[in-house]
Amino acid sequence: MSFPFILLVILGLAVLGYFAGRMRALKSAGGDPRHMHSLPGYYGWHVSLLVLVPSALVLAAWLLIQPVIINSQVSAMISPDAIAKSSLDLVLSDVRRVADGLDLAVANGVMADEQARSIRTELTDVRGRLGEIGVALGSDVTAETLRAAQKYREIASTGNLLRSALVILVALGGFAYAVLVTNKDFRARNRVEQIVMAMLVCAASIAILTTAGIFFSLVFNTIEFFQLYPASDFFFGMTWSPSFHGGSSLGIVPLLWATFYISIIALLVAVPIGLFAAIYLSEYASPTVRAVAKPLLEVLAGIPTIVYGLFALLTVGPALVSLFGENGALGLNWMQGGTAVMTAGLVMGIMIIPFMSSLSDDIINAVPQSLRDGSLGLGATHSETVKKVILPAALPGIVGAFLLSASRAVGETMIVVMGAGAAAKFSLNPFEAMTTVTAKIVSQLTGDADFASPEALVAFALGMTLFVITLGLNIIALYIVRKYREQYE
Amino acid sequence: MTDATANAPGLPGETHDAPVRASKSLYELDALTRKRNASELRFKSYGIVAVLIGLSFLVALLYAILSNGSVAFTQTFVQVSIPLDQAKIEAAEASVVKTTAYNALIDAALQEKLAAAGITTDMKPADLRKMLSSGAATQVREHVLKNPGDIGKTVSFDIYAAARVDGYLKGRVTREALANDKNLDAAHLDIVDKLLDKGTVERRFNWDFILGSDASDSRPEKAGIGVAMIGSFYMMLVVLFLSLPIGVAASIYLEEFAPKNRFTDLIEVNIANLAAVPSIVFGILGLAVFIQFAHLPQSAPLVGGLVLTLMTLPTIIISTRAALKAVPPSIRDAALGVGASKMQSVFHHVLPLAMPGIMTGTIIGMAHALGETAPLLLIGMVGFIASNYPDGVTAGFLSPNSAMPAQIYEWAKRADPAFYEKAWGGIIILLCFLLAMNIIAIILRRKFERRW
Repeated sequence: MSFPFILLVILGLAVLGYFAGRMRALKSAGGDPRHMHSLPGYYGWHVSLLVLVPSALVLAAWLLIQPVIINSQVSAMISPDAIAKSSLDLVLSDVRRVADGLDLAVANGVMADEQARSIRTELTDVRGRLGEIGVALGSDVTAETLRAAQKYREIASTGNLLRSALVILVALGGFAYAVLVTNKDFRARNRVEQIVMAMLVCAASIAILTTAGIFFSLVFNTIEFFQLYPASDFFFGMTWSPSFHGGSSLGIVPLLWATFYISIIALLVAVPIGLFAAIYLSEYASPTVRAVAKPLLEVLAGIPTIVYGLFALLTVGPALVSLFGENGALGLNWMQGGTAVMTAGLVMGIMIIPFMSSLSDDIINAVPQSLRDGSLGLGATHSETVKKVILPAALPGIVGAFLLSASRAVGETMIVVMGAGAAAKFSLNPFEAMTTVTAKIVSQLTGDADFASPEALVAFALGMTLFVITLGLNIIALYIVRKYREQYE
Repeated sequence: MTDATANAPGLPGETHDAPVRASKSLYELDALTRKRNASELRFKSYGIVAVLIGLSFLVALLYAILSNGSVAFTQTFVQVSIPLDQAKIEAAEASVVKTTAYNALIDAALQEKLAAAGITTDMKPADLRKMLSSGAATQVREHVLKNPGDIGKTVSFDIYAAARVDGYLKGRVTREALANDKNLDAAHLDIVDKLLDKGTVERRFNWDFILGSDASDSRPEKAGIGVAMIGSFYMMLVVLFLSLPIGVAASIYLEEFAPKNRFTDLIEVNIANLAAVPSIVFGILGLAVFIQFAHLPQSAPLVGGLVLTLMTLPTIIISTRAALKAVPPSIRDAALGVGASKMQSVFHHVLPLAMPGIMTGTIIGMAHALGETAPLLLIGMVGFIASNYPDGVTAGFLSPNSAMPAQIYEWAKRADPAFYEKAWGGIIILLCFLLAMNIIAIILRRKFERRW
C-alpha cells in the first residue's frame, strides 16, 4: 500500500471518527446536549485525535527506522572485498539504484515481478535491461550487488506491508477505544485539551531538537574526522591544501584568517555607516525623512545573499579591478582578479549596514528621553548630547549590535563563495583572493567526495568551529543587550 | 546661543576679556560658539552622508540588477521557413543521429532564405548554422513529432539564434571579441545585420526564459528558470505547511501556557540562538540528518523544504509571539469571565485576533526562505540540470529539482557570459516574488492590524 494511500485512510478514519464520537455522545444523552459534560464537538475531536496522533507517531517512527534496518541487513550481505575497493556508502547507493531500477522495470511492465526477484547476472545483462527503461548505471552490476538489491526490495516490500498493517491497526484501535469510552459523562473537553497541550509542548520542543540535531550531527562527524586527522594539525596547521588522493594538509588557520579579514573589512564599512545613519535617523531626521529612509535602508536587509554574491562577482569585482588592477585607473597593479578579500568585504559591509543601523536605532530609541532633556537643558548642543550622553548610555547595546553584526559576517556564505576566491592564502594584501571557512564547507561537501574521507569530514569540523564562534558571539551579544534593556526598563 | 550666560562678565578667570565680551551683542557669535556650532553641523552632516551612502548602495545594487538583467527577458529569433518533406523526415527518423538529418533541412532552408534576401556568402552551410542555437534541430524535430499533420507542408519556424548572435544584438558581444572566438565570426554578424533589416532576425520577449527549463552549458540561449520555480514552489509548500502550524503551536505554548521554569528558559534560549545561527549550519544539519541518516533523496524539494522550515521557525515564532502579545489581556479576561476554559479563550479569541500579525510574520519568514541559497548547496540542489518538469505531485516533492536561488548560483558559476545575463534576469524574477510577498504582508498589516 502506498504512502499517500495510508495517509488518506487515516484521514478518512479521523473524519468518520468525528461524526461517530459526536453521534454516540449525543445519543447517550438522549439527543439533548445540555445533559453532556462537554460540547458535542469535543467528543468528535476526541475520537479524531485518538485516530490521528498515535498512527501518525507510529508512521513517523517507522519511516525513520526502516531505512536504518534495511541498511544494516543489506550491508551485512556485502563482502569486505567490495567495501575495500570503494566504500560501504558507495556500494549501498549502487544497491539502492539497482533496486529502484528493478522497481521501475516492474512498474513499466518490462519485467515481471517474479523475474525481478530471480534474475542472475550470469544469465541476464541487468545493466542493459535497466538502461532500456532509462536507469543509467555507472558500471556493470556484480552478482553481489544484484543479490543485495533483490534482498533490499524484499525487505522493503515486507516492511511496507507491515507498516501499512500496523498503522491502520493502530488507527482502528484508537478509533475503537475512543468510541467505546464516549458517553455523556465522559470529560471530553478536558481530554482534548490535554492532548492539544501535549502537542503544543512538542511543537515548542522542536527548537531544542533542532539545536540538538545541529550539535550531534556536527560533533559525531567531527569526532570521526579527528580519528582520521589529528586535531592539533587541524587547529594549528598553517596550510590548507586538500587533495582527494590522500595526504592533504587541512589546517584551519589560513581560513580563519581570511574569514576575520573579510569580516573586519565588512564591519569597517557597515559599523560607521550604520551607526551614523541610526543616529541621524533617530535623533535628527524629520518624521517624513525617517519614514522614507528607514524602510529603504531595510530593503537592503531583505535582499537575498545570492544577489549580493552576484553583485560582488560581476559588478564590484570588475569595478575594483578597473581601479586597482593592472592598467587600472589608479595605476597601482595591486589586484589580479575580480575575486578578492576587498570585494567580498565591501559587499558584505553593504549587506550588514541595515542590520547594524536598525539594531542601533532600537537601542538609541531605548535611551530615556529624560537623559536627552537633561543634557539639552544644561546647554549642550544636540551633537554634544549624542556624543557625551546618549552614546555612552547606549554603549553596551551598541557593542551587542556590533557583535551580532560580526557573527553575521563570520557566518555569511554566498558572498564569500562567489566573491572571495577559492585558494587559501596568508596575505595582508586585501586585494588578493583568499577563502573562508564557510566557502570551504561548501566546496568540501559539494564535490563527489566520499563522505567517509577526511577531505569531506573536515567540513563538519569547520562547521563546528563556525558554530562555536557564532554561538559565542551571539550569546555574549544577547546577554549584553538583555542586561542593557533591563537597565532602562 | 547657549553659552552666552557662561561667558558673562564677572566670572573669575575671564576678567581680562570680559569687557570685550560685554560690548558684543548676543547675536554675534564668539569663537567657541562658532566652533561648537560647526562641530554640530559636521556631526549632522556625517549622519546625512551615512544615510546617503546607504541609499546610494541600494540604488547601485538595483541599477546593476535592472541594467544587466532586463535584457535576459528578450531573445533573438531567426525566422526560417522549412519545407517538411515527408521522404526526408522519414529518412531522418530512420537514421541513427536524427538531428544531423534535421540540420540538413535547416541548412537548406537557411540558404534559401539568404538567397531570397539577396545576401551572398562563401560560408559552408555547417558554419552558417552557427548563427542558430545548437538546439535548432531538436526544436524542428519536436515540432514534427508533435504535429505529424504538418509533414508535407512548409512551416515557418522561429528558431533561437545562438547566444553570441543574441549577445551581439544586446551589445554584450563585439566584433573585436569575436576575433578569437571559434564559435562565430564577424562575417556572421554582417549577415545578421542584413537579416535584421529584412525583419527575418527579430528580438522579442522570451517566455521560455520565465517558463522553460535549464539547458546544458553549450546552449545558454535555451536556459530558463521555470523548472527551478516549480522546485521553489514545492519547497515553499513544505515550509508553509510545517512551519506555520509548528511555529504557531510553539508560540501559543510559550506565550500563553508555559510556566516559568528551567525547561521554558531552555526553549527560549534555543530559539534566540537558532535565529542567529548561520544558514550554512542548517545545511550541514540537513545533510547529516535528512540525507545521511534518514536517507531521503538528495536534491529533493522535500529535503530543501525541511531544512528551510527549521531555519524559518525561529523567525516565525518570534513574530507570532509578538502578535499574541499585542492582543490585550482584557480579551482573555472577558472570555474566561463568561466561562471559557483557558484553551478555549486562546483558540477562540486570542488566536483569531492575532492572525493578521501571524500571517505577516509567516509571509516575511517565507520570503526569507525563498531567497536562501547556502543550505541548498549542501543538500545537492546545485550542479543539477533541471531540464524536466516533475510529473505529478509526489515527483514534485521527491524527484531531484533545483530552486530559484540555486539555479541563479548555478548560472553564475558557468563559464559563458551569456549565463551571467540569465543569472541577473533570474534575480529580477526572484526579487519580483519577494516584492509581491512583502507587499502582501504590508497590505495585511495595514488592513487588518488593530491598535488596541
